[in-house]
Amino acid sequence: MSHDEMHKSGTREKLVRMANQIATFFSSKPHEEGVAGTADHINKFWDPRMRRQFFEIVEAGGEGLSPLVMEASAKIRRPTEHVTAAQAAEAATDVSG
Amino acid sequence: MGLVHEIDFGTPASTSEKQVTLTVDGKTITVPEGTSIMRASMEAGVEIPKLCATDMVDAFGSCRICLVEIDGRGGTPASCTTPVGEGMVVHTQSERLNAIRRGVMELYVSDHPSGWNETAGTGASEFDKVAAEIGLTEVRYGVEGRNHVAPGNGSLNIDYIARDASNPYFTYDAAQCIVCSRCVRACEEVQGTFALTIEGRGFESRVSAGMHQSFLESECVSCGACVQACPTDALREKSVLQKGMPESSTVTTCAYCGVGCSFKAEMIGEEVIRMVPWKDGKANRGHSCVKGRFAYGYATHKERILNPMIREKISDPWREVTWEEALAHTAKEFRRLQYQYGRGAIGGITSSRCTNEETYLVQKLVRQGFANNNVDTCARVCHSPTGYGLGQTYGTSAGTQDFDSVEHTDVAMIIGANPASAHPVFASRLKKRLRKGAKLIVIDPRRTEMVKSAHIEASHHLALKPGTNVAIVTSLAHVVVTEGLFDEKFIRERCDWSEFQDYAEFVSDPRHSPEEVEKLSGVPAETIRGAARLYATGGNGAIYYGLGVTEHSQGSTTVIAIANLAMLTGNIGRKGVGVNPLRGQNNVQGACDMGSFPHELPGYRHISGDTVRDIYDSLWGVKLDDEPGLRIPNMLDAAVDGTFKGIYIQGEDILQSDPDTKHVSAGLEAMECVVVHDLFLNETANYAHVFLPGSTFLEKDGTFTNAERRINRVRKVMAPKNGLADWEVTQKLAQAMGLKWNYQHPSEIMDEVARTTPSFANVSYDFLDKMGSVQWPCNDKAPEGTPIMHIGGFVRGKGKFIRTEYVATDEKTGPRFPLLLTTGRILSQYNVGAQTRRTENVVWHDEDRLEIHPHDAENRGLRDGDWVRLVSRAGETTLRALVTDRVSPGVVYTTFHHPDTQANVITTDFSDWATNCPEYKVTAVQVGASNGPSEWQEDYEALAKRSRRIEGKMIAAE
Repeated sequence: MSHDEMHKSGTREKLVRMANQIATFFSSKPHEEGVAGTADHINKFWDPRMRRQFFEIVEAGGEGLSPLVMEASAKIRRPTEHVTAAQAAEAATDVSG
Repeated sequence: MGLVHEIDFGTPASTSEKQVTLTVDGKTITVPEGTSIMRASMEAGVEIPKLCATDMVDAFGSCRICLVEIDGRGGTPASCTTPVGEGMVVHTQSERLNAIRRGVMELYVSDHPSGWNETAGTGASEFDKVAAEIGLTEVRYGVEGRNHVAPGNGSLNIDYIARDASNPYFTYDAAQCIVCSRCVRACEEVQGTFALTIEGRGFESRVSAGMHQSFLESECVSCGACVQACPTDALREKSVLQKGMPESSTVTTCAYCGVGCSFKAEMIGEEVIRMVPWKDGKANRGHSCVKGRFAYGYATHKERILNPMIREKISDPWREVTWEEALAHTAKEFRRLQYQYGRGAIGGITSSRCTNEETYLVQKLVRQGFANNNVDTCARVCHSPTGYGLGQTYGTSAGTQDFDSVEHTDVAMIIGANPASAHPVFASRLKKRLRKGAKLIVIDPRRTEMVKSAHIEASHHLALKPGTNVAIVTSLAHVVVTEGLFDEKFIRERCDWSEFQDYAEFVSDPRHSPEEVEKLSGVPAETIRGAARLYATGGNGAIYYGLGVTEHSQGSTTVIAIANLAMLTGNIGRKGVGVNPLRGQNNVQGACDMGSFPHELPGYRHISGDTVRDIYDSLWGVKLDDEPGLRIPNMLDAAVDGTFKGIYIQGEDILQSDPDTKHVSAGLEAMECVVVHDLFLNETANYAHVFLPGSTFLEKDGTFTNAERRINRVRKVMAPKNGLADWEVTQKLAQAMGLKWNYQHPSEIMDEVARTTPSFANVSYDFLDKMGSVQWPCNDKAPEGTPIMHIGGFVRGKGKFIRTEYVATDEKTGPRFPLLLTTGRILSQYNVGAQTRRTENVVWHDEDRLEIHPHDAENRGLRDGDWVRLVSRAGETTLRALVTDRVSPGVVYTTFHHPDTQANVITTDFSDWATNCPEYKVTAVQVGASNGPSEWQEDYEALAKRSRRIEGKMIAAE
């Protein structure tokens, strides 16, 4: 494995770890909230290229991803998808500023 | 422009609500009961001469100069120690009083000829002034003196003590000292260090540092309070002795830590002679630390880079160019990278060291000019979990109190912070409160100066194993809930009751009991219980926390647990309580407020919100990207992956400050255009292609926002040595990239912030000049700002309890790496040391040391001062050991102020689950004997030398 490939797999490994860490936090919530919370967190904080890599992992079978992350992936925005009107409205009420 | 004069009222203000009216020299004045006659007179405009009194310390009554006469009373009481009385009639001038004062002054002068002759001192001290005012015309006792006069001129004077110039910033000249004790009292009452004392009795009395040591050898922390208090030239800044008294001054804000102290920059022409803390500064109330008071020399350090430079490859030497060439080159490169690799291939990092206005411009450049949201700030690596955790629970990403609030605190809980080193002026204010009887709980793996120091001792020290914060704080909540110590009324009124019930059920589980948590944290169950009981029942409970909370895999969870604990006990929404993050950098709060995070616009509004984007879309004439951008660690990952190619870094040294140095350098090396905008060729600049020289806080106008959300003005006192203030550089870069910016002054940038950000709506430079400073939110709902938040209800509506399950970090000890490394700060140095290492502060700390417990040291055959090899799974480095039981067995500790230590070669890429804030505070390591620098250190030194070459210049910087 070349140096670059090693780094690339490093990034994938990191994304898996980060997604699982997020799910671990939300796993102490009731299941539905946990799924929604995990997806919402990734939607809010991950830039599109991270989500693209994430979906590559999911589509390759999701090796290493926790079941909660896999379940949440259905609610995670595809990188090409734009924010929905509902999500935008929700974000607008987020914080008073 | 003249000097900013401050009135010295002689004694501290009284806080009594009862008013008393009296007459001083025929003037009627009403003051609070308990006020001294001296202060009341000054308030009436009558100045009573004084030597031993100053309003920073309590009255002492020793100099006998401030005597007054009171109708109906015999004698001549000292006005500093005599409180006012209703209907009192005071006379401050009479033949008798003048004769007594002259007599006393004559005695002083007989043993202080230098003060009298105005030769050795400045001739401008309070002592000189009082002598002149009193009209001393003769000294009948001669001026040979006995113990304050240098030998010679026929005098042997065996009692004479030579001048102590050991401190790099000030001298102590016993010959000029009148033993008024102002310095001793300032050290005790203001600073709380108790380094000074009066030794000897009567005529032999002398001020002495430590155990009759030099100032440098003593426990003196060089805060400058004694120098400020001294009425003679006995304690005097060396800069003043060398260059003379300042001629003009301007009030500005310190650019070191998040306390945000106000200072008067005192000048002769364009040269700073000294920085003097400003009494009206609401964060510091006239106090300072060694960094803000004295460590400004970096501003004129010879290694400052003053000309823009570029180079094609990082192996080339730097080439000095004009601003136009540097900026045009940068703009061309950035556009090329976007054309070649996509819009998201470049980004920026704003600086928590720079002003709000400068930060705002960098994020605007990224969002408007780069057309993406790849902007982040060093808050990522320090307090991003605070933003997330407090935002989720309370609805706002900031501390809840002002610093004055500590004066009403009954129980202070400090978690993962060492304010005595990192936020010294706040520590002094806290210690003052503790000496008045408030209780203290410290949660920290290390026995910090806060746990035990002069007249301070924590009631409970929870010396937890690094990485177990969530378990400990949740266990405190367990005790509060299971022992029925929660504030039901508060919770019912202010919080969501069903969420409380859920949390109460969660924390009540036996797995969160102190007895269970003892097993994993190493903290005795009884200590956890004691701390919980004290915090819940001891009156006003205030939590102060630092990076020991945030810089963990579960940093955000700990912040949430802290917020929960404060809600459980009703410790929110009034004076003396609250949740208070101690911010590291001067403008971390401001950088976050100004929209430095990739997912939110100024005022913490998420980028996916249409209504918020519309505001900027219409103002900036662009369509903002609605997707969150990359955070710093994600930028580096993307760089290594080849999708992120260029970066503009303002005032931050990510190579030294960010974790897992090898990964950072790999990321930087993979980029095609790294632009560093800084004062010095910092470590990150080793990998840069463009260097834009920066300006210091003395060279520009702007604002900093401190840890209490206080927006303080930064005022320009000299022209930028590099030609342009940082906001001007960013503006010129934006113009080079085709943006039509045209700000004439930073005030116009703040006006734009106010126009677009509801929490800043009423902020303007005119308003700040009028008010001194304001704390946001500052708008029509809170026209004068908001010292304390969440009064009567939370910003988000109901306070939200969120479950906080403890999850052990993946960074675990094992046979290969049996010790846990944690990191911290030291008083005299600041962050990566770029500034403080370029000042005389290095006399206190010229290298980073590895603190290790005697047992662990002995097992490895290590002695104090030995070179040791420190290895983690990320890398290895070498430094010298410091054997101490301040750290527990199994834990080692170091600072990261010096680049050659490379402490972050050791730290890993693990990070907070919510924010990617790196886990600096826990790294599994092994320690062993070493012969010298590691291979990485040697390679790195060679690289650093090579990459600092400048064409046509012989000496590489640093």
